[in-house]
Order: sequence, then C-alpha cells, then structure tokens
Amino acid sequence: MKTLFRSALWALAAAAALQLPQPAGAVTLRYANQGDLKALDPYTLNETTTLAHLAHVYEGLTRRGKDLSIQPALAERWEILEPTRWRFYLRKNVKFSDGTPFTADDVVFSSERVRAPGSNFATRVPSGSKVVKIDDHTIDFVLTGPNPIMHYQFDYWLIMSKSWAEKNNAVAPTPVSATTPSYASLNAMGTGPYTIESHQPGVKTVFKKNPNYWDKIEGNADEIVFTPIANDSTRVSALLSGEVDIIEPVPLQDIQRVNSSGTAQVLTGPEVRTIFFGMDQVRDELVSSNVKGKNPFKDKRVREAVYKAIDVDVIKARVMRGLSTPSPLMIAPEFFKLSKEFTRPKVDPEGAKKLLAEAGYPDGFEVGLNCPSDRYVNDGDICRAAIGMLARIGIKVNPIIEPKAQYFSKVLKSGGYNVSMYLLGWTPSTGDSHNVLYEIMGCRNDPKSPSRGDTNAAGYCNPKLDEMTDQILVELDPAKRDQMIKQAFQISIDDYGYIPVHQQSLAWGVSKKVKLVQRPDNSVLLYWATKE
Amino acid sequence: MASSPPLPPASAPTAVPAVPAPGWFVRALDSDTWASFRRSPIAMAAAAATLLFFLAAVFAGLGPQDPFDPAQLELMNSRLPPIWSAEGQQPFLLGTDDQGRDILSAILHGLRVSLLVGLLGVLFSATLGIVLGLLAGYLGGYVDALIMRIADVQLTFPAILIALLIDGVVKSIMGNRISTSAILSVLVFSIGLSFWVQYARTVRGSVMVEKNKDYVQAARLIGLSSPAIMLRHVQPNVIGPVYAIATINFALAIITEATLSFLGSGMPDTQPSLGTLIRIGNRYLFSGEWWIAIFPGAVLAGLVLAVNLLGDWLRDALNPRLR
Amino acid sequence: MIAFLLRRILQTVGVLLAVGIIAFSMFRFVGDPVNQIVSIDTPYAERVAIRASLGLDDPVPIQILRYLGRVASGDFGISYQFRQPVSALLAERLPATLELAFCATVFALGFGIVLGVVSALRRGTTLAATLETVSLVGISLPTFLIGILLIFLFSETLHWLPSFGRGETVRIGGWTTGFLTESGLRALVLPSITLGLFQMTLVMRLVRAEMLEVLRTDYIRFARARGLHTRAIHFGHALKNTLIPVITIAGLQLGSVIAFSIITETVFQWPGMGFLFLQAVQNVDIPIMAAYLLLVAVIFVTINLAVDILYTVVDPRLQLSSPRAG
Repeated sequence: MKTLFRSALWALAAAAALQLPQPAGAVTLRYANQGDLKALDPYTLNETTTLAHLAHVYEGLTRRGKDLSIQPALAERWEILEPTRWRFYLRKNVKFSDGTPFTADDVVFSSERVRAPGSNFATRVPSGSKVVKIDDHTIDFVLTGPNPIMHYQFDYWLIMSKSWAEKNNAVAPTPVSATTPSYASLNAMGTGPYTIESHQPGVKTVFKKNPNYWDKIEGNADEIVFTPIANDSTRVSALLSGEVDIIEPVPLQDIQRVNSSGTAQVLTGPEVRTIFFGMDQVRDELVSSNVKGKNPFKDKRVREAVYKAIDVDVIKARVMRGLSTPSPLMIAPEFFKLSKEFTRPKVDPEGAKKLLAEAGYPDGFEVGLNCPSDRYVNDGDICRAAIGMLARIGIKVNPIIEPKAQYFSKVLKSGGYNVSMYLLGWTPSTGDSHNVLYEIMGCRNDPKSPSRGDTNAAGYCNPKLDEMTDQILVELDPAKRDQMIKQAFQISIDDYGYIPVHQQSLAWGVSKKVKLVQRPDNSVLLYWATKE
Repeated sequence: MASSPPLPPASAPTAVPAVPAPGWFVRALDSDTWASFRRSPIAMAAAAATLLFFLAAVFAGLGPQDPFDPAQLELMNSRLPPIWSAEGQQPFLLGTDDQGRDILSAILHGLRVSLLVGLLGVLFSATLGIVLGLLAGYLGGYVDALIMRIADVQLTFPAILIALLIDGVVKSIMGNRISTSAILSVLVFSIGLSFWVQYARTVRGSVMVEKNKDYVQAARLIGLSSPAIMLRHVQPNVIGPVYAIATINFALAIITEATLSFLGSGMPDTQPSLGTLIRIGNRYLFSGEWWIAIFPGAVLAGLVLAVNLLGDWLRDALNPRLR
Repeated sequence: MIAFLLRRILQTVGVLLAVGIIAFSMFRFVGDPVNQIVSIDTPYAERVAIRASLGLDDPVPIQILRYLGRVASGDFGISYQFRQPVSALLAERLPATLELAFCATVFALGFGIVLGVVSALRRGTTLAATLETVSLVGISLPTFLIGILLIFLFSETLHWLPSFGRGETVRIGGWTTGFLTESGLRALVLPSITLGLFQMTLVMRLVRAEMLEVLRTDYIRFARARGLHTRAIHFGHALKNTLIPVITIAGLQLGSVIAFSIITETVFQWPGMGFLFLQAVQNVDIPIMAAYLLLVAVIFVTINLAVDILYTVVDPRLQLSSPRAG
C-alpha cells in the first residue's frame, strides 16, 4: 500500500515536471476578456468578442484598419462596373494555413455558406445577389438593386476554405442551436496571421503564429493565450499580478488603480456603440405602468419631458467617471461625418414638469424601466441614475435590472417587445447610419420590408423617415447621402423618438510591457501588439 | 420540559380547562431558564444587542435620508467617504454609495428588511414544519412516510439552491409586474421552505415519544379527536426544542437573505437590504471605496452574531441534561 | 435485509426521479434560452427556427421525458453557452470542486476536533468561553462576507495569497490538480478556509457536546476510578467514542460542502462546478443547471443511503424499523 502511494507520488511529480515546456525567446501574449470565444465557426455568432478572435485566424475580402477605414485584404482591389455589378480582384499567392492556395472558388463557396440556413451572418452578402467566378482570382457580385454599402460588412465576412470544409464535412454553417458540435465549430483554418492550437471553451484558447501568412505581421507575438474572466475584480487582479498582459474591459472604478499600479495602464478611447433609452409609443396601454387605458408615451410632450429630465452630463461625471461621450444622435460620430452639427436639448427639469402637466400628468405616473445589468459599461447604474432624475419630475420608475439573458428575452422581438421603457446599446454592424435608421427607427410591420424595425422595441414610427431611409440605401453620391441622413435623424429628434445617452468608452488594461492599437469598435486585435 | 405535562381534562371534549395552561413566556419566566439568563452575561449582552438592532430597524425613518425614495438621492453626492475623511460631507456620517445614498440610512432600512425576512421566514418554516411534524408523528403510516420522503427530497437541495431556484422562477414568471412586496414574499417563501424539515423532524421525533405516554392514551380513551389531542396536549410538550431551532434559524434566514441578495437574486438595488449593499460595495471594495461594503457587512455580522449567541444560550438552557 | 435494501434503493431512485422532474420543469420557466445563444440582430424567423430545433416548443412533459431518457444514458445534452457536452464540462470542473471540498473538510475536521476537545476539557474556563464565542463568529459571518474579507486582508492589503482561481494546475489523465504546484497550493488556502469555517464550527460544537456527554458516562468514571492517566482517558476513551458521530456528520456534510461551494467558488472565481452552476443560472443554461442539480442530488442521496446501510450493518435492531413504526 505504501509503495503504491509512493510510486503514485512519483508519477505526479514527473507529470508536474513535464508540464513546463519553455521555448526560449518566444513571445507569449496573455489576454483575458469578460466574454468568451463562443464559437469557432465564423458564421455561427455575430458578436464582437468572438469575431475579433476569429479575425486572427480568418480574413475577409476587406479588412478595417486601425481607424476602421476599409482596406483591401484577400481582395487586392474592387470596382463597381455598373450599380448592380461589383468586381473584386483577389490577391494571388495567398495560402490557407494548411498549405492549399486561396482562389475564387473559396469565395464562391463562402458566399453560399454564409447565406445558408443556420448562418448568423446571412445579411453580409445581399440576399438574391449572385456571386460569379470570372477566373481563379476575379469575382463578380451581381445585385438585384444598387447598394453602395455592400462591402461595408465584408471585413467580418470571413472566408473559409472550400476543400477544408468539404473534407471535414462542414459545408453547412453550424447554427447557434447545434446540439452536436460540428468540425468547424471546434476547429478553425483560415488564411489569417494565426492558427488555433487548442480551444477549451470557457477556459482557454491558444493561438500560434501562422508561418505561411502572406502579409507581414506588425506585432511580435508567437503565441496568444486567451482566457475568459467574467468577474471584474478578478480580471483586474490578474492584470496587476502579471498573470495576463491585456484585459478587456477594465471596470471604470478600477481605472485609477490600474494606472497607479506602475505595472499596467488603461487605454481609453471612444467606442462606437450608442447607449440609449427607448419608450414604448405603440401600445394603447403600457405593459408596466399605473396609467390605464392610455399610453402616456404616445404624447410627444411626455417623451420630451423624459428627455429633458435625464442629465447625461451628470451620468458622465458620476456614473461613467468621465469616460463617456454624451451623444445627441443615435449613431457615433465616427460613423457619421455631420454629427457635429447636432446638439442635445438643454436639461430642464422645471420645463419637463410643465410639459408633463400640459400632457395631463401634473403628478407624473409610474412606469417600469428594463435594463441589462451585465451587457454595457455600468448599464444598471445608468438606469438607477435615471430613476432619481425622473423621480424629480414626478415619474416613478420601477426598475427591472436583470442579467442580459432575462433582459433580452423581454426587449427583443422574440420576447414581444415586452417593455415600456428600456436601455439598449447599438453598434451598426455596417458602420453606417442606414442600419440605425432601418433597424432601430424603422416602422415595424412594414409589409414591403418585413425586417424593418426588428430591434425597434419602442415602436417609434414615422413614415417620412422610412421614405428617407429607403432613398439613403440607393443614393450613390456621398455628400448628398450625408445630407439625407442628417434630415432623417432630424425627423426622429423632432419626434423625441429615442433618448440617446452616450457612447461609452473603451477601457483596455494593458501591461506596460505591451504596446497595442485600440480600435473604436472594441475589437482586440493582437496582431498589432508588441511585447517587450 | 421544566413543567410537568398538563393532565387531560376529565370533562367532555368541548369543555374548557378550568385553569388555562400558562403560555410559554410565563412558564419561561417562572422556570430556571430566566435564572440561567440572569447568570449569563453573554446572553444578556446578546439580548441587548438584538433589541438594539430591532429598535434601530423600527426607528429607521429617523435617519437623515429615505434611501428608498429616489427623488431624495442626488447623484452628485455619490461615493462620498465617511465624515471623518477629508472629502466627507454632512450629513453623510458613514459616507454614500454609488447612487448618492446615505450609507447609515441605507443600513437602518436594510436592517429592517433583514429582520422582517428573518422573522417571517422563521414563522413560515416553523408553522409548516410543526404542522407537518405533528401530522407525521401522530398519524404515522403513509402520511408519515409521504411527509418524510418529501423531507428527504427537500434535504437533497441546500437552502441556498432552493431559494435561488424559487426566486428565479417567480421572477421570470412575474416578469415586469414584480413589486418589492412580491420579492419580499418570494424571499420569505423560499427561505421558509428550505428550513421546515428541521422542525418537522424534531417535532415528529418528540411526538412519537409523547404519543405513547399515558396522558395521550387517556385523552384518546375519553374520545378526544386527533387534532384536538395534537394541538392541545402534544404540541405544548414538544415545542421546547422548537424555540432553540427557531432562534438559530432566524440567524440562518438573515444570512440566507443576505447571500441571495449578494448573488443578485434578493432585494433590488433600489431598496437594498444589507446583502444588496454589500454586493454593491463589493464592486468598489478594491478601488479604495471600502465603506460601501464594510459598514453594512459589520452590521450584518453583529446582528447574526447576537442572535446566534442568544440561540446558543437558549439551546443549552432548554437542554435539561446540561443544567 | 435484502428487502430493506431494495426498498431504500427504490426510494432513492424515486427521489432522484422527483428531483429530475422538479428541476427540469422549474428550469423550463427561467428566461429564454434562445435569446442567450443568438446575437441581438438575429432575425425573428431564425429565432423561431432555433426554438423549434431545440425542442422548446414541445409540451413540457415530452421535454422532460426526452431529457430523462438521455440522462439515463449518460447524456446531459449540450451546454447552450459553451456548445460542449455538459458531461464533459462537469467532468472538467469536478476536480476543482472536489479538491476544494476535500481541503475544506480536512481544515474543518482538524481544527474543529482540536478546538472542540479543548473547549470540552476546559469547560467553564475563560479559554473555553472565548473559543465558543469566537467559533460562533464562524457561523455568524455569511460565507461570502468571509471570502471578501479574507481577500481584502490577505490578497489586496498584504499581498500574501492569490485572490482568485486555482493557480497553475497539473493534468494527470483526466484530472487537473492544484496540489502539485506552489501557486496551486497557495490558491487553495483562502477558499478552503472560507468554505470550511462553517463546517469547522459545526464539528467543534459537536465534538464539545459529545465529549461532555461521554465524559460523564459511567465507564469514563470507572476508568478514572481505576486510576488511568487523564490523557489516556481523554484521548483513548472519550475522544474515540466522540469521533464516530463526528465522522458521520462530516460525511453527511460533504454533500452540503459541495453545494455551498457555489458561493465560495463565485467569490474566488474558482473554476469548479458551483461557479459553473451560478454562471448557468445567470445565462439560463438549462442543461448545465439540470445536470448540476441532479449531480448534487445523487451525491446527497448516495451518502444518505450509504449511511443507512452502514447503520443497518452495525446495528441489526434498525432493520426492523419501518417508517410506520418510526
């Protein structure tokens, strides 16, 4: 018995010794994120953290630079032959990490796979359009109508290898609901600068440098080790103790602590996501209010009162600790040149009270406010701040602040837009205003365009705005288009359709040994990172 | 326990006993228990502290602020340190939290929530447990088997798990319409439901001993109905240990409520209990804003400790073998 | 004897079945799993299709039957969050929880017995009174508060011990252990104390009570009368007799230690099953929640069954007892 025990101990010790291989001179970058790498199949889940990870392994026809500008990637260049026909010239001498060459066949294959049932990215390539191979390195997109922003989302339409997918029985995209993981959801093989060496969901993912990469890698990491750490203080502790080099995000209350640690610092910058309040203005009676038989938010004066009661500057100062950009618009200035021409109406609690009285609510009313507690930076705190501000004009807010699982099950279409007032954040995946005007501000139940207003939980509707939105989609002249967008936004502002709050700030914690680039869409791209 | 079991009345079942059995309080005062209390400085200190906490909760409204009224909160006053720090401000003696809530007022109101949930939870679980225990012990047979099997299933889940589940289910069913009183009832219900087994088992055990005693047999002989026998004669004699369990469970209920609130399933941030305050403060604990979590934590620990000390003494005092 | 065993095993299966059904039907109503697994701008039609493909549109009884059938064959389904088999996820997290529970129990037994003996032997002294009062602090501080305070003191202020995680682990076969590295052992200290403090108090009070009981029994008095050495009496006779109930209780408590690790693991971000469970609750990951609940139920029921059987073997009189006679 004793011998057995002793030999077991020796076996353990030997195993421990084997566990520590240290290749000399190799640079390992350790990175922790609040969220996890949820799926390796690049068409499974449209979510920033997942996509940013996959962008190390896969590439699109285009990519976005450090300032989000569109740059050629797998396509060297492209031109619009006629409004409905685009030609892409593919880069030659590009190889997938398994050594097979990248050709037009892979693009045609990917265009079919991305639009197949189960893909979460079906809108990346316009439906109904044909993708035609001209030769091995030339591709034509034939559209059903003009679409000047077609390629805006191509950066995160990641191109897969046809032969790899066919060989591994992964021709069909892995749907999010897949009950058996497909090969493509557990493995990744693209043309990108890194390959995935191992992947344990929720625990650890290891990336290795791709020796066959066609482009020069700006950063110097040979290996990237990614760990999800959901808890805020744990993530900060991991950075400060040197266990990881990069964390995203740093909770606002810990920014000072990280900066004064001497070992790490916080990179902050504006993010392109817009946080806003919505008010249900479509139901005849609100789902959570003490006003019965009518809906106070249908009255524009009430919406204006709410707008003028919420002091976004105080939210910035106290809740966001200075790290937010109060926004007059439902889109970030990075995505719309003319944003500077807009300003927010002044905060005016007294005026708001008068407006409420005029609308027939001199003593205010009660309303429920739905908020996520773990989706956006200090989301729950923003809502709690609004409670006090609205209480001062007589509106009693009953907060329903929940984890995102419960929250989204109410606020989205599948939950029946079951909210009266809510806080939501939105980043247009096209990087363009049209997405906001169509998804968030478009009238729901448009028979001609059934997906219009899918995320318009407020039910805001102004047919004039929809008309503009449709023209904006097909307008090719950029200057004219911007003016039209400006007019469209002005319509929603005059209606007090939504209450934009701010663009939150990015806060990445970075060890002083590491230099990296912070892109405003919050993609952590480590091929730009160098470590001493 | 101390007094001998009251003899069954010799008259008809409807007749009221000439001398009503003295209540537990009177008996307790008469008994050695009171004397033992007077001899134990720890018990007296604990009782005084518990009383103090109750008084603080009752008079919570006298605090400088009503922390449950959002109109009284000024966001610009958020995260102020205690008054003795350089940046402290009147009237926020113990500082403010992230919403500008006065920590002292919030503690007083939170104390009220904790005590209420604790008391109601114990009342609920004790009632449920005693009734089921009496039934199981006295009736035996299939009723007993059924109740004890349910108790087994119940014991399979720790209190915190049951409470987490019930809380989640109710909240998702009630959705937006949930009110604070509904949350309170859910807390009381889930805490109560997870503690009844202990009472039931204790009562059942005592009943099975008592029911074969002569006085119960006598009552049965003269034709008293089972419920009458149980309520009037058996119950007073098995209730002793229940007080000790109830006191300890009161402390446990307070802890459970705080834990649930800490895990985010209890009282909401707008009407914080002590556990909620600690959860809020925990986010800022390492960022230098320690007062938001530490003060409520200290009060919670003090309260539970006082109640536990009291329960501890009570258990020893009611245990005849340790006298 | 065999009839008794059969009945107990049947009852156990019944209990597990009941737990399975309760667990599943409760979980079915918490949140909407579909929203959790798709991104916010997934079209409505796609959501409906996913709903149907997950079988969430079928009547609840059918969903339960389907689930129980798969569970019986060892398949707990695929986690909604991680897209991995639940059984694999639990197996991966099991070592962390078991190692933590083991260390917490060792801590609780070691300190609990010593302190219990001391306070029993020194009954009435200031030392004993102090010990008893201090031990009450152990059950008066909620677990999460103890954890927070320990982290605040030993990690943030003194920088002695890590505040989260398991440190470096070593993989041996399917088991990852933290026992073989310095950082792994250091990482175990604070969570073990946090988790074990409550049990330690229980053990200490139990040992004290049992010791006091045993010390006044006749055979100890006889031993004293026979002139045996005090130490021999205390440790050879009294403590030995005390340990049987203590070990029994500690065994019965093992299940609740594992269950209570939900809180400890959450505070310390310990990558175990409890932490996985709480994450699952927050993300409405039904397969993980159901599997965890069943696992806890199995552990509890098995321990209870084992204790029952052991008692029957040790004390034949108990065989005759049926629930009817009590």
